Amino acid sequence: MELFVFVCAALMVLVGALGVVLRSNPVHAALSMVLTLFGIAVLFVSREANFLAAVQVIVYAGAIVVLFLFVIMLLGVDRAEDLRAEPLGRIQRPLAIALGLGVFAVLTTAVVRARESLRFKGEGIQTASLEDPDGNIRQIARSIFGNYVVAFELTSVLLIVAVVGTVVLARRRKSDRTSA
Amino acid sequence: MIAAAVVPTTTWYLVLGAGLFAIGMIGVLVRRNPLIMFMCIELMLNAVNLTFVALATELTDINGQTAVFFVLVVAAAEVVVGLGIIVSIMRRRQQATADDLAALKG
Repeated sequence: MELFVFVCAALMVLVGALGVVLRSNPVHAALSMVLTLFGIAVLFVSREANFLAAVQVIVYAGAIVVLFLFVIMLLGVDRAEDLRAEPLGRIQRPLAIALGLGVFAVLTTAVVRARESLRFKGEGIQTASLEDPDGNIRQIARSIFGNYVVAFELTSVLLIVAVVGTVVLARRRKSDRTSA
Repeated sequence: MIAAAVVPTTTWYLVLGAGLFAIGMIGVLVRRNPLIMFMCIELMLNAVNLTFVALATELTDINGQTAVFFVLVVAAAEVVVGLGIIVSIMRRRQQATADDLAALKG
């Protein structure tokens, strides 16, 4: 059963990721990304990170992809682009694919070989059970608001800076309005 | 049934994360539409998140899941700023690809 779930979710992730890279229409690419994000959420559940799975669906599939689609529609770039155009000559794509496969090989080797030397053990993860359905959430909350409370406050500063910066960037200036 | 006895180990998750990262990297290198390049960066971030969660369970340490939470927040901020930049570029010139945005090239 666990194997079945993993294979299905892995297929969702890989098919979605290939869709993002290979689809010529940006709307199709964004919808393929939703498939990948849901696959990741399923894998989170199967690794018993229930809170993160919910946040993944809400933040990524809910907010970020909607933002992408919104920008695509706003700019009117929802036309298929010509994928055959190769600006940097014929060598760019084979080089990129070779580099990607090389990175995959290096990462896989590193992962498989380094895992044998991992001896570290943490203090344990509480998983959701019928007796204690929100154990995972409570443990993450204790970690965020205990050990990492300064980082948490800094992320709120980061979000405010991002929002103010975006408003300044996307605002239409007076000179643009008169010329346009 | 033999297949039912096979349980996916942490290594499977890590290899899947490596594959997703490689696909995202190829996408950033190959595609010319800035929006698609941005989506590929999101794919790479998700690959890292998957690795974090897989190892958090393996090592029974909640800090891996906390790190994923912070990555999510930073990814949201990054998307907001990046899309703002793309909107303000695209408003000036329609259909700009990454190759056309070479104004800072020496």
